[in-house]
Amino acid sequence: MQSILKRTMFYILFIGIWEGLFRLCIWPEYVLPSPVSVFKTLIHGFQNHTFLIGIASSMKRIAIGYGISIVVGILLGLLIGRVRIFEETLGSFITGLQTLPTICWLPLALLWFGLNDRAIIFLVFMGAVLSITIATDAGVKSVPSLYIRAAKTMGAKGWKLYLEVIIPAALPHIITGMKQGWSFAWRSLMAGELLIVCLGLGHLMMIGRELNDMSQVIAVMIVIIIIGILVDRLFFVKVEQRIRERWGLVKG
Amino acid sequence: MSESAGIENLTYKVIDHGYPVKADNEQQKSHNVNGVWPKLRVQHISKSFQSKNGRVYVLEDINLEIQQGEFVCIVGPSGCGKTTLLNIVAGLEKADSGEVWADDHKINGAGSDRVVIFQEAALFPWLNVVKNVEFGLKLKGINGKERRNIAIEYLKMVHLSKFQHAQVHELSGGMKQRVAIARALAMNPEMLLMDEPFSALDAQTRWILHYELQNIWLKTRKTILFVTHNIREAVCLADRIIILATSPGKIKKEFLVELPRPRDDNDVNVAGYSTMIMKELKAEINKVMKCEMDADSCVECDIKCTTEVPAKTDIGGGI
Repeated sequence: MQSILKRTMFYILFIGIWEGLFRLCIWPEYVLPSPVSVFKTLIHGFQNHTFLIGIASSMKRIAIGYGISIVVGILLGLLIGRVRIFEETLGSFITGLQTLPTICWLPLALLWFGLNDRAIIFLVFMGAVLSITIATDAGVKSVPSLYIRAAKTMGAKGWKLYLEVIIPAALPHIITGMKQGWSFAWRSLMAGELLIVCLGLGHLMMIGRELNDMSQVIAVMIVIIIIGILVDRLFFVKVEQRIRERWGLVKG
Repeated sequence: MSESAGIENLTYKVIDHGYPVKADNEQQKSHNVNGVWPKLRVQHISKSFQSKNGRVYVLEDINLEIQQGEFVCIVGPSGCGKTTLLNIVAGLEKADSGEVWADDHKINGAGSDRVVIFQEAALFPWLNVVKNVEFGLKLKGINGKERRNIAIEYLKMVHLSKFQHAQVHELSGGMKQRVAIARALAMNPEMLLMDEPFSALDAQTRWILHYELQNIWLKTRKTILFVTHNIREAVCLADRIIILATSPGKIKKEFLVELPRPRDDNDVNVAGYSTMIMKELKAEINKVMKCEMDADSCVECDIKCTTEVPAKTDIGGGI
C-alpha cells in the first residue's frame, strides 16, 4: 500500500515539475509541450481512432515477426543444443550475429523486401530470433540426462522425446529467451516504423515530428511504454511465476 | 546367543558361477523350456571403458537368466559394473560384445517393456503427480480418460491417490520414489529394472518401501531386476541374489533366498543371510578398498585395509 502511495506521489511530482518547466516558458511549445496538451492529444488520438489503427498495425507486425521468430528460434535452438555439428558451426555463428544491433539489418531488409511491411517484419524477426535460439540451446543443454533416460525407458523416442520431455524441460529457459526476444523485437519494430511509412506507432511519432506536434510524439511514446509494460506484466511475469511455482523454485 | 545359533542352523542354497551357455542358436532353443522363454537372458556380455590408466574391464562375459515373475538382486561393491549391467539390459548402454534377450526378441535399445526406476525418482517437474504416472501411457497412445483411470489405480497401489494433483516438489523423497514405481507399473512392463532406487532415502523410509515393494510384487508378480550395494536390502527383497565380483565384473556366486514374504529388514533370518553374503563379498570390498587406498599410500589407510573386520558381527546392510 505504501509503495503505491510513494509511486503516486512520484508521478504527481514528476508531472508537476514538467508543468512548472512548461509554465516558465524557457522552451517553445513545439519543443516542450505541457502535460495537459499531451493528455488531450492522447484522448483525441484514441477518439478519432488514429492511435487504435496505429496500435493495430504495429501489433499485427510484431505478432507475425515475433511468431515466426519463436518457431524458428526454438527449432534452431533444439538443433544446436542436440546435434553436435550444428553446435560447432551454427552455434558460434549465432552468438556472433547476436552482437549486431538489429537495426543494422535495415539496409539489407530494404534491399530484399523494399520499403514495406515485410521489411519491418523481417527486422522484428531478426530482433527476437537470436535471443530465443540462444536461450533454447542453453535450455536444451541443461536438461538433466536422467529425464531423457527415464523417458526413453518409457518408450519416448524421436519427435515425441522432444515434444514431451526436452521442450517442457527446457521451457523455463525458453520463456526467458522469449521475454528478452520480445523486448528486442519491440525495439526493432519501433526503429523500423520510424523509418518506413507504415501507419504504425513509430510512424505516428514521425507524423508528430513532421507537424511540429511534440504532444503527439510524447503521447505515442506513452502508448508504446504502456503496451510494453502490459505485455511484460500480463504475459511474461505471469508465465514465469507459474513455472516457478510448478517447478518448486519459489514457495507458491 | 540363541539368535546366532539360529543363524548357524540355516541352510543356504548356493549356486556357483559359470553358466554352460553357448552362443549358437541351438543352445538358445534349448532354453525354451515347454515353449516358455526365460523373461531375460544375458549372454556373454562384456563391457570396457577407456580411462587414463588404460582399459578398464567393467563386465566380463556375464551370463544370466531370469525367469518370469522372479525377483533378482544384483549385489556388488561400488564400481563392479552392476549399474552398467542394468543399463545394458535397459538398452540405455551398448555392450562391447554379447547379447541380451527379452522373451524371444533381442534387445536393441530402450523400450517400454523394460522400465527403469533410478536412484533419483526422475519425475518430471512440469507435470503434476497423476500426469507423471500417465506419461508412459500417453506415449502409448491410450486416451485421456482411460489413462487417468489406470494412473489412479496404480497411485492407489502405492497409497498416494490423495496426492494425485500435487506438484512433484511438494512430495518427500520416499513419496517421489513411490510415484516413480507407480509410473513404471502403470506401463504394465514385462519387467522392472531398479537401479538402487532406495539408496538415497533415510532408513525408515527405506524400511517402509521395502515392505511396500514386496506387497506390490506379491500382487503383480512382475519380473524384477534390482541392483543394490545393500545386502540387507537384497535379502529382504529377492528370490535370488547374484554377487558380482569387481575388476573385472564377473558373476561370483548366486544365493537363493527362501524366506516367507513379506520379510522384515530386521528379521533374524534376513540378518543371517546377510552375514553369509557379506562374507562372500568381503574379499571384493577389500579389493576395492586396497585399490582406492593405494592411491595415496597412507599408513593409516593400509592398516584399515588389512585389518580383518569380523564378518559375524558386521551384518550391517550397507557397505
